[in-house]
Amino acid sequence: MPKKEIVAMILAGGQGSRLKILTRTNAKPAVPFGGKYRIIDFTLSNCSNSGIDTVGVLTQYQPLILHSHIGIGSAWDLDRRFGGVALLPPFESESGGNWYKGTADAIFQNISFIDYYDPEYVLILSGDHIYKMDYSKMLDYHKEKKADATIAVIEVPLKEASRFGIMNAEEDGKIYEFEEKPKKPKSTLASMGIYIFNWQKLRSYLREDEKDPESQRDFGKNIIPKMLEGGLKLYAYKFDGYWKDVGTVDSYWEAHMDLLDEQSGMDLNDSYWKVYTADYSYPPQYIGVDAEVKNSLVVEGCIIEGEVRNSVLSYGVKVAKNAKVVDSIIMNGTEIEEGAFVCRAIIGKGCKVRAGVHVGNCQDIVLIGDNKDIKENTKNE
Amino acid sequence: MLKDYMGIISLSEDESNIRSLTVHRPIASIPIFARYRVIDFILSNMKNAGITNVGIFTQTASRSLIDHIGTGKPWDMNRKNDGVFIFNRYLNAAVNSDIKLLKNNLEFLYRSKKNKVILASSYMVCNMDLEEIAYEHEKSDADVTVVYKKVENGDNMFLNCDSLNIDKDGRVTSVGRNLCLTDTANVSMDVFIMNKEFFIDCILRCIQDGGCDTIKQYIYANLKKFDVRAHEFKGYVGCINSVNSYYRVSMDILDYNVMNELLNTSKVYTKSNDSAPTKYLNGSEIVNSLVANGCVIKGTVKNSIISRGVVIEEGAEVINSIVFPKCVINKNVKLKNVILDKNVEIEEDKVLIGDKNYPVVIEKGSYVGI
Repeated sequence: MPKKEIVAMILAGGQGSRLKILTRTNAKPAVPFGGKYRIIDFTLSNCSNSGIDTVGVLTQYQPLILHSHIGIGSAWDLDRRFGGVALLPPFESESGGNWYKGTADAIFQNISFIDYYDPEYVLILSGDHIYKMDYSKMLDYHKEKKADATIAVIEVPLKEASRFGIMNAEEDGKIYEFEEKPKKPKSTLASMGIYIFNWQKLRSYLREDEKDPESQRDFGKNIIPKMLEGGLKLYAYKFDGYWKDVGTVDSYWEAHMDLLDEQSGMDLNDSYWKVYTADYSYPPQYIGVDAEVKNSLVVEGCIIEGEVRNSVLSYGVKVAKNAKVVDSIIMNGTEIEEGAFVCRAIIGKGCKVRAGVHVGNCQDIVLIGDNKDIKENTKNE
Repeated sequence: MLKDYMGIISLSEDESNIRSLTVHRPIASIPIFARYRVIDFILSNMKNAGITNVGIFTQTASRSLIDHIGTGKPWDMNRKNDGVFIFNRYLNAAVNSDIKLLKNNLEFLYRSKKNKVILASSYMVCNMDLEEIAYEHEKSDADVTVVYKKVENGDNMFLNCDSLNIDKDGRVTSVGRNLCLTDTANVSMDVFIMNKEFFIDCILRCIQDGGCDTIKQYIYANLKKFDVRAHEFKGYVGCINSVNSYYRVSMDILDYNVMNELLNTSKVYTKSNDSAPTKYLNGSEIVNSLVANGCVIKGTVKNSIISRGVVIEEGAEVINSIVFPKCVINKNVKLKNVILDKNVEIEEDKVLIGDKNYPVVIEKGSYVGI
């Protein structure tokens, strides 16, 4: 039987309710990002660029767009004869159907998928972070330390540390304690939700955990603490690149502004670490006679005849003459008509901002859903 | 949908006036309109008409063409049945002749289950509804339908194209060459529709009789024998058969109506490059230009076409120019009426100015500096 050294499992079933209307009918990993991408593209591209060719995507909440986006995975070179990408929604079995009750439960219910490839290691990822990371280096580290589990961590500011799961580790990276959202954090190494496990070890802990009625079936809350208790060797792998959890409207907006900031460390235009996504075949962008475009990201199909500053425009956005878009994120096909003014707004796809209408007050971030016809000045929906 | 049709794209195209852009490639794979290649238009026209079986017959250096077409996936032609096939030249074949190449690959024609053929070239760039023309052809009972465009000759845009003389019933009576001596001409767009059986018969008889190098020559030489009808195409056509016409067709697309017709009537597909969105930095100034993804623009761009992955540094000015993929234009460079082929880098402070009828062409991979 052929086998794989490593299988990646991407947790993509969460709702992401703090993104409000962006996730009303769409799973968080499939929320559009950066003009032409969806959030999960970053994780999928990391897998592809790291040489991981077997990826399971665990879906549950509103999976329609997510499923059709991923398809057979050809955009990420993940359409393979043996391996490739598999969409893994919850399913029914002889003993009945079960929703995924937590991150660990989702993996538990798909033990047979992983067993099929008989891997040495399993990489657990979440589908809602913006970052570029070479997982093969993390795997090298995992093997070098002869670890049972390796957890990727990132240095966060001390005052923010209490929002994260914090790893307390020795000099050599060995973790001796894990604290979920501690009030008084002892270190600033936050878990990125990226784990490499020796599959057989993880497999037995998942089976144990399933029998525990108290468990919340969560990696951070249950599996990792149980492994520490059980005396397994857990190591922290320090990542020092750009990493952002886009779980809230504010952080989603900030992450877009980071794309515009040369110093942020997130460069989409890197031919050695491309971010791949599904292709829609739009014409090139046209910048008109009176247009002004400054410090912005613009993609194919856009027609810009007005002013665009500090903004990210998706496929086929139209900005008419004398219209102005500032500090905003505009999704595909939305039209900003003559003389309209959009400031610090996130506008969904297929909207029309009618002539002369003002959206936003340039202070709070305004969020507008898909397919809205905006005829009056709007501060928030 | 044209379920019973196969497409034949013959790339035996006259390159004698467009040498500087075809050193490394056929006309079919010259980059055009920022993100396309010339052949994307006819291939997309075929795809949009529902054709799934296309043979591309090519005579000259085809590496770039084969790389571009790949398995045909962007045009939905990576099929188990049918799909796209590329037939390369073989040794000693005359570059401007397609007849031997077709003859040697008759197998492809026999094996296809389709019964009708659309024969086309790549150099006539347009967004055309082939379905409608095919239905016209079927209703007419003609042996061959050829598509033409009625053009004004004032601007010499269709110089050296075949011109059709058409009688009042729409039959083609004779074919000449458009030297732009008349005010208008009925220029052939080199799109022919016929039965496959008829097409194969033409290939064989052409070889038997001798005297013709291309299949279209054979048809034109037998206008008395065959019923050849003309179908007028009313939309925009750009003819790419010289550096001058390439440059002017490219500039035409900056007219919003032309752009909308060519790129939006029905979708034009091309190979995707997974480029990032284009980044416009503070200090950039862009006016009336077409820009592809993956560019980083810090300087000034006016009335120009910028392909994928181009970098334009601070203080640089690009005016009335066409920049092919992955060029780097350094600080304070000035370009006017220039075509930069792929991977060209221009050193800081250089100035290149061409004439608007005779743009300067910088060869692929050049470093313009000391």
